[in-house]
Amino acid sequence: MQYIDDYRNNTHIQTLARAINRKVAHEWNIMEICGGQTYAIARYRLEDLLPPEVRLLHGPGCPVCVTSEEVIDHALDIARHPEVILASFGDMMRVPGNETDLLHLKAQGADIRLLYSPLDAVELAAANPAREVVFFAVGFETTIPVHLAALQEARRRKMTNFSLLCSFFAVAPAMEMIVQQPDNRVDGFLAAGHVCAITGNAACRRLAARYKHPVIITGFEPVDLLYGLYRCICQLERNEAQVENAYKRAVPENGNTVAQALMNDALDTVGCKWRGIGYIPDSGFVLKAKYSAYDATGKFPFENTKHLTNTRCISGEIMKGKLCTADCHCFGTECTPEHPAGAPMVSAEGVCAAYYRYRQP
Amino acid sequence: MCLAVPGKIVSIDTSVPELKTAKVDFGGIVKHICVQWVDVQEGDYILAHAGMAISVLDEGEALQTLADFDAIARALESD
Amino acid sequence: MKTVCPVPYNASDTILLGHGSGGRMSHQLIRDVFRAAFGNPLLDQDHDGCVFAVEAGRMAYSTDTFVVHPLFFKGGNIGDLAVNGTVNDLACCGAVPRYLATGFILEEGLPLTTLQAIVHSMQAAAGKAHVSIVTGDTKVVEHGKCDGIFINTSGVGIVPEGINIAPSRATVGDVVICSGNIGVHGVAIMSARDSLGFETALESDTTALNHITQQLLCTIADVHVLRDPTRGGVGTTLNEIAAAANVAIELDEAALPVPNAVKAASEILGIDPLYIANEGIMLVILPERHAEQALRLLQRFVESKNATTVGRVVASGRATVTLKTVYGNHRTVPMLAGEQLPRIC
Repeated sequence: MQYIDDYRNNTHIQTLARAINRKVAHEWNIMEICGGQTYAIARYRLEDLLPPEVRLLHGPGCPVCVTSEEVIDHALDIARHPEVILASFGDMMRVPGNETDLLHLKAQGADIRLLYSPLDAVELAAANPAREVVFFAVGFETTIPVHLAALQEARRRKMTNFSLLCSFFAVAPAMEMIVQQPDNRVDGFLAAGHVCAITGNAACRRLAARYKHPVIITGFEPVDLLYGLYRCICQLERNEAQVENAYKRAVPENGNTVAQALMNDALDTVGCKWRGIGYIPDSGFVLKAKYSAYDATGKFPFENTKHLTNTRCISGEIMKGKLCTADCHCFGTECTPEHPAGAPMVSAEGVCAAYYRYRQP
Repeated sequence: MCLAVPGKIVSIDTSVPELKTAKVDFGGIVKHICVQWVDVQEGDYILAHAGMAISVLDEGEALQTLADFDAIARALESD
Repeated sequence: MKTVCPVPYNASDTILLGHGSGGRMSHQLIRDVFRAAFGNPLLDQDHDGCVFAVEAGRMAYSTDTFVVHPLFFKGGNIGDLAVNGTVNDLACCGAVPRYLATGFILEEGLPLTTLQAIVHSMQAAAGKAHVSIVTGDTKVVEHGKCDGIFINTSGVGIVPEGINIAPSRATVGDVVICSGNIGVHGVAIMSARDSLGFETALESDTTALNHITQQLLCTIADVHVLRDPTRGGVGTTLNEIAAAANVAIELDEAALPVPNAVKAASEILGIDPLYIANEGIMLVILPERHAEQALRLLQRFVESKNATTVGRVVASGRATVTLKTVYGNHRTVPMLAGEQLPRIC
């Protein structure tokens, strides 16, 4: 397929793997931010191609994994309303809140639908005028404006039975939190190319300048990932800390300005809780008051009294780059996709699930 | 995060100006994708995420990146 | 007071609860729909079951239940699946399929024309596979209690002398042949579902494979395993075989026959072709010395013209399935925890 096959090509993979091996002189810890990148690294077992000096750390960029238990409980609560159709992406269906998950609730009779796009949820609401369609809208900056486009479409069609339950995260504040940790191990970042396709590269530039770490805007195919690593290692060995765009075919410098305008119009920046990691200032978004008619938190108020007390899961430390799955006593034993102890073992792009599924034979 | 897949614009429907859509061919699979945020014509390749074209793929940049791989390969040979 | 007959016994254009009552409407349905399509001397015994002579040797017996949404899709419908599925299960036991029994659960309100179309497809599939549908049962449930129609088929077949097909027979030194393209049926079904909203020219490959297995087993008696990788796909099926034989199976990623449209659908939905359902292919595991001959034979049939070697049994004493990637490294192909859900994040 055009724009895919070239970036999975074995010749390029072997070239870049050799180039990385040739270039490395020191030990480096490099973090890929996005869960989609983690998934590809695990699936293609790219680490097998790297020299021992290069260690990959797996960042927090899986919105399904970092959506807090409280928000999932809220979604479950909304789905229990008989007039509601709760829709979301397939990824969200198995992620446990404090007690259950959407698939189990669906099995008990709740009307829960799996959709490909939030725009499809608008059509679902149009086809079911007597029902309230709530889209459980999770995402980073790539997906957030798609949710907002759905909101705007519902507004244009003067629909009153469509709302979003938002779990929106910003990537850059999490990267900043990671490098600010006193025991930070990250030397360089592979930034999430599809987030940058929306936001542009300004946030990465600020981060690289302020904290003196190279940031490589990187794609999601195996060749893209090795190319990002190669350019990151070249910088690290030269003691540089620049932003480089290794995914220029998809990421223009200024991102997508239409999508940015949608976000500026509809969202306020807030601090929020990342599951497993904790509170990060200015790392989330909520709908502005002028869009309260489309905000499910207003339509379905919810007081969560439950608190999860699972202390076995170290996924927060993994996503901060401090530990790896090999450090977890539960990984693959007490914690498996059948019986997950933490969210990253549930979502396909969660670091634990990806590494469990595509582990070394 | 953010599974986004390249596809080729087959045709564009502008009948709803606020929600332009296109038929996009992903290599034997055709889907309707919203192209409201991108400036595209038939034959262009876009990157689709959750039903939305988030970016237009730049052929020149793609060729440049592939040329870069070749340059890296040549440098390895000559070392 | 006017009395109204509660059971309309004249022809109805939709299925009513009365069609499952065992009364006159049931008999009409059996006569006009099922017997009209399936009619054969054994069915015409008009009995609670079917009585037939048994042949010497071993028999294979299998059952499968079919629930599919939508009922009709490109390349087939639930009726084709119900016949081909059980025929293929028998064929993969090494048997020559002979007789099928079928049970229908019909939803009240199902258009009679829909049922007739499905029943005719079943008869056409049975005819093509040279099996007879010799007994059956029908129940009708209230509207909303089933998705239009559910079908069970059970079948018996005769295992020829000298044939011993079993998953536990996979042995080090065997090769794994895949008889055709992977993921075609599953993607055709997904495209027929409104919720995922994509179009493809792909059609379900549902077909009976028993004529191929019979030829294969006539030519090469030493086939160890035959399996149709239906639900759960090639990945799950190979895990089952690896577990049954306690062997390690290694797949070659570069050799997997995955059509472009299946690859594309997998990209969009974030799923793995190795776990997509198939209805018209089988895995053949046999000693490497027979591989060439088996491939030549399979490739002569239109249903298995794309047959190719996809892997081998590499070790015993551990039940694993691994994949040699195109980059030369290895990863596991695990049994999935549950259903493969499309992902977007």
